Amino acid sequence: MNKPVKKIFEVPLYPYTRHDDQDAARPPRHKVVVIGAGPVGLAAAIDLAQQGVEVVVLDENDKVSFGSRAICFAKRPLEILDRLGCGQPMVDKGVIWNLGKVFFDDRKVYDFNLLPEEGHRRPAFINLQQYYFEQFLVDRVRALQAEGAPIEIRGRNKVSAIGTHPDHVTLEIDTPEGSYNIEADWLIACDGAGSPTRAMLGLDFVGRVFEDNFLIADVVMEADFPTERWFWFDPPFNRGQSALLHKQPDGVWRIDLQLGWDIDKDREKRPENVIPRLKAMLGEDVDFELEWVSIYTFQCRRMERFRHGRVLFAGDAAHQVSPFGARGANSGLQDTDNLIWKLKLVIDGKAPENLLDSYDLERVYGADENILNSSRSTDFITPKSDISRILRDAVLDLSETYEFARPLVNSGRLSVPSTYDGSPLNSADALAGPNRTRPGSPCPDAPLGDDFLLSKLGNGFTLMTIDTEAPESFAAEGVTIPRLALSVRDDPSGALAARYLGDAPSAVYLIRPDQHVAARWDSFDAPRVTAALTRALGKE
Amino acid sequence: MTQLILTPNIPAADDFYAELLSTHEGLSTEESHKLNARLVLILANHIGDREALSAALRAATLKKED
Ligand SMILES: Cc1cc2nc3c(=O)[nH]c(=O)nc-3n(C[C@H](O)[C@H](O)[C@H](O)COP(=O)(O)OP(=O)(O)OC[C@H]3O[C@@H](n4cnc5c(N)ncnc54)[C@H](O)[C@@H]3O)c2cc1C
Repeated sequence: MNKPVKKIFEVPLYPYTRHDDQDAARPPRHKVVVIGAGPVGLAAAIDLAQQGVEVVVLDENDKVSFGSRAICFAKRPLEILDRLGCGQPMVDKGVIWNLGKVFFDDRKVYDFNLLPEEGHRRPAFINLQQYYFEQFLVDRVRALQAEGAPIEIRGRNKVSAIGTHPDHVTLEIDTPEGSYNIEADWLIACDGAGSPTRAMLGLDFVGRVFEDNFLIADVVMEADFPTERWFWFDPPFNRGQSALLHKQPDGVWRIDLQLGWDIDKDREKRPENVIPRLKAMLGEDVDFELEWVSIYTFQCRRMERFRHGRVLFAGDAAHQVSPFGARGANSGLQDTDNLIWKLKLVIDGKAPENLLDSYDLERVYGADENILNSSRSTDFITPKSDISRILRDAVLDLSETYEFARPLVNSGRLSVPSTYDGSPLNSADALAGPNRTRPGSPCPDAPLGDDFLLSKLGNGFTLMTIDTEAPESFAAEGVTIPRLALSVRDDPSGALAARYLGDAPSAVYLIRPDQHVAARWDSFDAPRVTAALTRALGKE
Repeated sequence: MTQLILTPNIPAADDFYAELLSTHEGLSTEESHKLNARLVLILANHIGDREALSAALRAATLKKED
């Protein structure tokens, strides 16, 4: 018999090796240190390295996420990954889905189609195991290293102490061969929901714990369930609770079973208890193999501030949400997307340090939006009182017959990016254009012949013009901004015009490096662009 | 928005009230609660106007507005 093939999460992808830093006479100084090689830490490091900023990633482990955890990745993070040079392998491997079914009690109440808008390079969602997601990020790190980019991952390097100073941070790191010290100009803490960095700095993490447990199981099976998201409220096989079935690549299926509060976690996790539950759900005669089982209690909480001097928190370390709505890793990638361009400008001396306070402001806003949405989903899925259950069941009963009730059914509002309304980096809207592209909005993609708009935006600011004149490049405040000259004729489908012009005949957009709109006008005017750029650099 | 109507607005009010009661006839208290919940949602959808709905929710609490 063949030996079973090892799963990718069982293979050390960044095994420990001794580094010169461990033998240095005094602690070496690095530009940026990232703690945590999870999805968020890796994305931060890739973003920095591909812009030439030296970065060291430390992780106490040497493998990708054990078991799958996150499985649903939304369009916006895929677009961010495109900019980071690793969107394609994710989409190639991932399962694209648009269809879903909702069940209540013993019957199907309705089905839905996400009906994603046309004219975007990326689908609304893919399902992909978190271990593949992290593996593709590690592959990208390796590719950058091969090109000579200043990035390294140090496995089995556990940060055990942190000292903060006005202009740097000191770190003590434990390894299998003892501990050593390094310094960093900047520290990004992406060390997960249990963030030791947060604890070491004595910082808060407040919010709400949902008194409920969920059994999360990934099973491998040859089954003819379609590629759809199936969600059950109060099914016969899990009375009074909920259940979810969703497909991942390689014939792996995600199953979530709500268990309630008063349970014995260790007991429930044992295969002899898990398997009968899954059989009741999938049918006695379905053959499956358990890949990974875990039990979670979900929380919604965040730090009060994400920036503490030279220490920046991102991802689960900064905020945690229940997974209904797939907002954890998705929003973590939006954190680093927001942070890294700002940090790069500050490191290059082109923006004042307080530009980083806008990271705090914008992403706290994003976290609050996610927490609100995911709390509401959790409240719908697990009603907390008799009356909330009566109302919830009324919605579900109505949804079977009447379409109006379906938007009220909340089994997770799927992750969409935040619009930073009210951000101090925005300039007043000066275009009678579409609401969806007002200052603060993430740029929606649009087709441009064989290509797409977002792939034409680089890692820096862009001045996008549609059917109006402007210089080919514009320099102010030490920043040079290339022009992206477009015409509505570049997109016969009309999406570009609908998304960026509306009724306006022409437009000029100042687009931030994270592809959010900073300002927009109907025509180019150098002093106005300079003023908007000054604002977007945090100089006002 | 349309102002929430809190003055008499149902023609043949007695008929309506009788119809409301008869819809609940024969139901257990639990079934009646469920029916009321469905009814609230149907009416809310018909109204649609968010401000009118908020005003109705406030009015239903019987708290005096200042
Ligand atoms: C069941 C479940 C389902 C989910 N589904 C989704 C989903 O569908 N979509 C989605 O977007 N999100 C989902 N999430 C959330 C997602 O998994 C997390 O948001 C994501 O992993 C956060 O990434 P991170 O990089 O911030 O932290 P983590 O992935 O937790 O990584 C933290 C890293 O820091 C390292 N570390 C910790 N302490 C130290 C130390 N002292 N020194 C060095 N290294 C350290 C750890 O080893 C780890 O590698 C789900 C989560 C769960 C539990």
